[in-house]
Amino acid sequence: MSQTIVIDPVTRIEGHSKITIQLDDRGEVVDAQFHVTQFRGFERITQGRPVHEMPALMARICGICPVSHLIASAKAVDDIMAVEPTPTGADLRRVINLGQIVQSNALSFFHLSSPDLLFGFDGDPAQRNILGVAAANPQLARDGIGLRKWGQQIIEWMGGKRIHPEGIVPGGVAFRLTEEVRDRILAGVPDALAATERAIAWYKSDMLRWEEEATTLGNFRSAFMALVDRQGNVDHYGGWIKVIDADGHALAEPIDPKHFNDYIGEAVEPWSYLKSTFWKPMGYPDGIYRVGPLARLNVAEKTGTPRADEELEKFRWRVGRVASSSFHYHYARLIDTLHAIEKIELLLRGPEITGPHTRSTAGINRNEGIGVSEAPRGTLMHHYKVDDDGLVEWVNLVIATGHNNMAMNRAVLQVARHYVKGDRLEESMLNRVESVIRCYDPCLSCSTHALGQMAIKIDLLAPDGRVLSQLAR
Amino acid sequence: MTVYTLKIDGRDVAGSEGQSIMDVAEENGIDIPGLCHLPGIHDRGACRLCVVKIGGSPRLAAACVTKIAEGMDVVAHDEELEEYRRAATEMMFLERNHVCAVCVANNHCELQDLSADLGLTHFELPRISPTVDVDLSHKLFGLDHNRCILCLRCVRVCDEIEGAHVWDVMQRGLETRIQADMGVDWGDSVTCTSCGKCVQVCPTGALFEKGRPVAAGTRDERPFLPWLRVHQEERGL
Ligand code: SF4
Ligand code: SF4
Ligand code: FES
Repeated sequence: MSQTIVIDPVTRIEGHSKITIQLDDRGEVVDAQFHVTQFRGFERITQGRPVHEMPALMARICGICPVSHLIASAKAVDDIMAVEPTPTGADLRRVINLGQIVQSNALSFFHLSSPDLLFGFDGDPAQRNILGVAAANPQLARDGIGLRKWGQQIIEWMGGKRIHPEGIVPGGVAFRLTEEVRDRILAGVPDALAATERAIAWYKSDMLRWEEEATTLGNFRSAFMALVDRQGNVDHYGGWIKVIDADGHALAEPIDPKHFNDYIGEAVEPWSYLKSTFWKPMGYPDGIYRVGPLARLNVAEKTGTPRADEELEKFRWRVGRVASSSFHYHYARLIDTLHAIEKIELLLRGPEITGPHTRSTAGINRNEGIGVSEAPRGTLMHHYKVDDDGLVEWVNLVIATGHNNMAMNRAVLQVARHYVKGDRLEESMLNRVESVIRCYDPCLSCSTHALGQMAIKIDLLAPDGRVLSQLAR
Repeated sequence: MTVYTLKIDGRDVAGSEGQSIMDVAEENGIDIPGLCHLPGIHDRGACRLCVVKIGGSPRLAAACVTKIAEGMDVVAHDEELEEYRRAATEMMFLERNHVCAVCVANNHCELQDLSADLGLTHFELPRISPTVDVDLSHKLFGLDHNRCILCLRCVRVCDEIEGAHVWDVMQRGLETRIQADMGVDWGDSVTCTSCGKCVQVCPTGALFEKGRPVAAGTRDERPFLPWLRVHQEERGL
């Protein structure tokens, strides 16, 4: 008799989710699905609102990466106003965005994932949390907490608020950066760099311990997508969309983000609110690709900052030019963080950063706009249509967790195949399914905004199609 | 000028003939809540938040439009009045759609401040959540009916101070809306001089400057219109 095993909910990821594993008659895993059952409906809520409100509204999508939504949203409205932000405004946006990357990456690595790395995936659950880390490796915990705090402070000092900052507006940013705030942020750079480098050193020294996980946790070939700058280096704020295949070959010339719709399709599955995006030229479901820190490092030539580039070289030496295991998201996330800190320093040392011209103004000059940026979890796309007065008529959001949706499902299936034996669900397998999901650091609340359907139901089906059991939330 | 003496909340106060209870209370530092009252323009008694009890009468009177009289005994604050004010404020919220977190007026909103003062922490009545228009047709300003509490300050300031009389009220009950000229989009109004006085006096985020950072609550503290003071002095108030 076929059997369905449900893991619900996956702890220690942002938002809610459910996983279903389908066994066949012989107790072999035949399918696995990662369900997203949350629904927030932002695309509907925003209809009829003034487009200038969109950044503030969009920032409410998520309390984890509000800045990323602010940035993508403000860029979409820039596009509707047909203006470029002033150079100072653009650089200030970059700094806040990177502050977000640092704090979110720190949360993911230190608070959510390091317990597994430190205590092993089968370690005592009571110990596998940040408090356990603090007891066993105080320096690691301190570094994580300090890094996250510094990232949050950047957002708070520059944006006015830590959770839903308000400084980022269409055309640039609302407030001028004072020298005092700039210096306060700069003063934290050395500690932030040191903390990240300590974490990288620790990770590298222990890497062999996770050899098994690295080969079984979402290790498969796929394409990767990220933004790159003119030189092909990492760009968290602007630039071009670049997509490479599993061997590192570009699948297209760098794409102007405004044309992303020509290349990216969105598929809807009945079992999830989360849309699955795919690379159009390859179709669904073959056009699977990944985004996020691992994709940023795989896609880019270099990071463009010296210390991160040094680490990137070692990273590639260890895991290959195009790392295929999702497990390496962790490692990549640390290098991504290192780059972000270096870049923040570079930007803040720019001569114009405290200049007065932080914002371009304009009216509604187009009826459609697209804004794309790199969020901590990957490429984020906002696409709006407005009427001639600037009232929102239509909104579409393509979000990192949606890009990664197919990859997450494939990773779960792979883990289930490897670790589920017979009809019993071992704790160790549970832990590994959770941790492979956590590699992607999915932020589910923001990505479940597309489908107008009712909440999810789980059916346990016999081989002849009879419903044996049903679970509803 | 005749001077009257009266009591407000047990305090002995004095005022001149023709003054409202609200004016005298203000002069004496007694705070009576009110959202439609604005010194410098005529009172209209629209919001009913300033209601007070006079001399044991069961009828509540609006302090902003009730003139003082000799020997009046006014109760401006008691539990019953507070409850009444909370209910009236709650209904202002429920009639339209207020989402403070993403409102231009957040942190500079008289409705919000009042709710905080009254301790209005939650709604007991069901929300109506009507579908309400937003008018962005004016070049400089926007009107979001979702946040309008029909205080009619805009109507009065435009008429009495600017002299343009763009705004009026149309429909009734829940359908009541302020309207420009005879019901055209604001941007098509031929009488509007784009002076912005209505935007300045609006107690909520219903009237706002377009293109300003509408990121939550970045609307500046609206400065009290200096010419309102002048006008007030001219009227001898
Ligand atoms: S007008 Fe005031 S009460 Fe209404 S949403 Fe705006 S801030 Fe909140
Ligand atoms: S728009 Fe503002 S000033 Fe005019 S009636 Fe409504 S709340 Fe009052
Ligand atoms: S202030 Fe008196 S009715 Fe509004």
